[in-house]
Amino acid sequence: MRLRRLGGASLAAFAVMALGACATTGSSDTPAPDGSSGAKARQPLSAGLDAANNPDPFPSTYRGLPRENFAIVGGTVLDGAGRRIENGVVVVTDGRVAAVGDASTAIPAGYRTVQANGRFVTPGIIDVHSHLGVYPSPGVSGMSDGNEATSPNTAQVWAEHSLWPQDPGFNAARAGGVTTLQILPGSANLFGGRGVTVRNIPSVTMQGMKFPGAPYGLKMACGENPSRVYGGRNQSPATGMGNMAGYRAAFIAAQDYRAKWDKWREDGEGSPPTRNLQLETIAGVLDGSILVQNHCYRADEMAMMIDLSKEFGFRITAFHHAIEAYKLAPQLAREGICADMWTGWWGFKMEALDAVEANAALVDAQPGSCAVIHSDDAELTQRLNQEAAAALAAGRRIGMDIPEERAISWITLNPARSLGIADQTGSLEAGKRADVVIWSADPFSIYARADQVYVDGGLAFDRSNPAYQPVSDFELGQPGFGLSAANIPQGAR
Amino acid sequence: MRLKSLILGAASLVALASPAFAQELTAITGGRVLTGTSVIENGTVVIQNGRVVSVGTGAAPSGARIIDARGKVVAPGFVAVDSGLGGSEISSVNGSDDLSNGANTISAAFDVSYGLDPWSFTLPVARLGGITRAIVVPNHPGSSGGHVHQDDSDFAGVGHAGLQSPSLFAGQAAIIHLGSGNDILVKPRVAQVAPFGEAGAGVAGGARGAEFTQFRETLTEVRLYARNRAAYDRGAIRDLSLSRADLEALIPVADGSMPLIVTVRRAADIQQVLRLAREEGLKIILDGAEEGWLVADQIAAAGVPVLLNPISNLPGNLETRGARMQNAAALDAAGVVIAIKGNEGSIHRARETRYNAGNAVSHGLPYDAAIEAITVNPARIFGMAGQFGELRAGAAADVVVWSGDPLEPLSIAEQIWVNGQEQAPTSRQFLLRDRYRTGGEGAMPPAYPR
Repeated sequence: MRLRRLGGASLAAFAVMALGACATTGSSDTPAPDGSSGAKARQPLSAGLDAANNPDPFPSTYRGLPRENFAIVGGTVLDGAGRRIENGVVVVTDGRVAAVGDASTAIPAGYRTVQANGRFVTPGIIDVHSHLGVYPSPGVSGMSDGNEATSPNTAQVWAEHSLWPQDPGFNAARAGGVTTLQILPGSANLFGGRGVTVRNIPSVTMQGMKFPGAPYGLKMACGENPSRVYGGRNQSPATGMGNMAGYRAAFIAAQDYRAKWDKWREDGEGSPPTRNLQLETIAGVLDGSILVQNHCYRADEMAMMIDLSKEFGFRITAFHHAIEAYKLAPQLAREGICADMWTGWWGFKMEALDAVEANAALVDAQPGSCAVIHSDDAELTQRLNQEAAAALAAGRRIGMDIPEERAISWITLNPARSLGIADQTGSLEAGKRADVVIWSADPFSIYARADQVYVDGGLAFDRSNPAYQPVSDFELGQPGFGLSAANIPQGAR
Repeated sequence: MRLKSLILGAASLVALASPAFAQELTAITGGRVLTGTSVIENGTVVIQNGRVVSVGTGAAPSGARIIDARGKVVAPGFVAVDSGLGGSEISSVNGSDDLSNGANTISAAFDVSYGLDPWSFTLPVARLGGITRAIVVPNHPGSSGGHVHQDDSDFAGVGHAGLQSPSLFAGQAAIIHLGSGNDILVKPRVAQVAPFGEAGAGVAGGARGAEFTQFRETLTEVRLYARNRAAYDRGAIRDLSLSRADLEALIPVADGSMPLIVTVRRAADIQQVLRLAREEGLKIILDGAEEGWLVADQIAAAGVPVLLNPISNLPGNLETRGARMQNAAALDAAGVVIAIKGNEGSIHRARETRYNAGNAVSHGLPYDAAIEAITVNPARIFGMAGQFGELRAGAAADVVVWSGDPLEPLSIAEQIWVNGQEQAPTSRQFLLRDRYRTGGEGAMPPAYPR
């Protein structure tokens, strides 16, 4: 999506320019430069000065783990897309889901079978709001890299450049079934910077985790945080109205920036605009290539952000920490905006005061909605299934008939939608990446543990096999390393 | 008309909470009864006058109001330890937080019981999670006390981070109940609190060795003061570093009659604290103890109980590099009396105490031990054994009827009694929820219906 959008009209136009008067690519409907002015053949800009030249400067080097073709049989399948299949079969071929069905589903010859009798099978859990790697464990001063709280607009920073792959939290999250995460910058700023979506496998480099082709997100923040941080420094924004003015000024600047590039590419006159990473990211939002991931607690502020998006012609993909989403649930559904929520967190600040446990259930009840349970926390991310269970219980308490096969979508398919990767993962449907968790019991039970976790069909974690229980470099040789507490099989830390 | 219905509403609320109601003889029958120390199938729990009358398998006494609990689980109300319930309304709103005190003239003498608010909206929320008692513990102003929210606020100026107090002590804890009414205090000044490890070292100047030295010096001063009060009042003894109020507050700590809650995480620090307690004759309770499993036998041998959060498994700092999900199970297996905490200071998220207990079970803690760790053990640790946290004759009638296993998120606390008074199954959150139940887009703004 990202590549395609960036490579759309603007990139095509640039390619034509670069080739000068000889351009006859035929693949673009952009007219070639006028022959009379074509005498001044355009040279490409120096490396790094034009985003269109290299739209993916820190490319993914992700290679899946070793994998084989296999089928999971005998378990209860919650496919993430609304189906529940007793005694189900999930067939995995070349790291992709090949088939999902009942016990009669054909398993090709030579496939290994994994028995899941008495157990549950779900898509890999997706956490849309994580700071693993950027606020890693240990959270010591030298490692606090999640908030570039130096200016209310730091759209130019990319969370991936702060991401420490050795954070032990990645392993702990995987042991809780998490196969995909969006790592976001913090929320001190109106524009916090780009987030990055990663595959949850151990890697020496950030690039080795990067989800190939996943769109970038731009972290924006409403409310108390920006006004408190910058107001406290006697600078803008100090208020909610200052927040709104800050967003609007930035989008005006980004419109202007985008127009300058478009004009230069079209008419080929004069000096090229100077590349500006901050405006480039916001322009990516205007293009639709970068998804807005908007920390926004209160319903009234969400409504203003929706108007803002219409004023400047962009879309908001998700409101994160959407404590008051239930107050605006019909509108969120109509606008097609995901509400990314906790179940149990509340009361830590004024904008978190009106939380209700039934938030996800109430949002989910609207036709066309996108209810997501997220963590924002290295501990909670390990138990998103339990957070979803508490939300499910709150819905059922008020008589809502919500089956588990529906509620599982709050931590699987809907978060995939919230990240723009629902065509890749989030449900057990033919063609998608084989991100699969086999649970020891119903995942809505407190006692359920992730027994096996597959990422792209590769076994990434196995609770009963130490060969599939990775530890990060940081964990080696630390106090207690290699010991098991009271001889209890550890599985994960 | 409106006024009348308001008055009626208020009257019915009062009725639900009135002592007269508590006199009623009530029998909860047919449920699976978790007494706190045992399980009785098809049990009968009889309560009257705010206390448990009997627990067993017999028939309900004649004339009793019968609560049919067939297919349900009946348990004692849970006890939140290391909690801030009633002492903090909104964590980031300073004026509503009475859990920490920065003044260095009132440190050990700081008494949280004066700041408790029986009308706090946090109490019904916790109660709906099955919590009926709490040990309310002051926070040390120089440390997070577990109350700082990581959400997104990990930058300067948030929470309590950054404050430093010169004092080694956070103040005195209190026990509350979570029944509705105008008095929640059960017992003030039940324990003193002191941070060790990094937080304590920070107070003393940065190094652990300085804190231990300063701590022992403080005990010396307290004992000197205790022996020479009259001389102190005449100004006839040497200058002491603590205020008179703080010295007074520390006398029961120094003589071993008041427990000292020691916040400590690293195994090495736990060993030092155990030694300090032994040599100084202190009665201590370990709080945190993330690396406790590495020295479980030493903790057990010292007979020291532990308050812990079993889901703390990450090396949040260099003190907790050995943190493991199996900590609770390992300490229990070694014979340590443990109590399981809620999350994030156990105020707004006190209701997650039961989930934490369930996660300890899925990581090796026997189920019965997990129930004990949120019922009878907290009562034992704070000197209230038999008075609450247990379904047995004579204990406070804090009873919860659950739709199923209380450690499961899908189970609901259907009926709740505190001191024999049945509690209204509502909270501010439920009122909000119901207001927007149908989407909030009716002809009249949501503000009209209540």
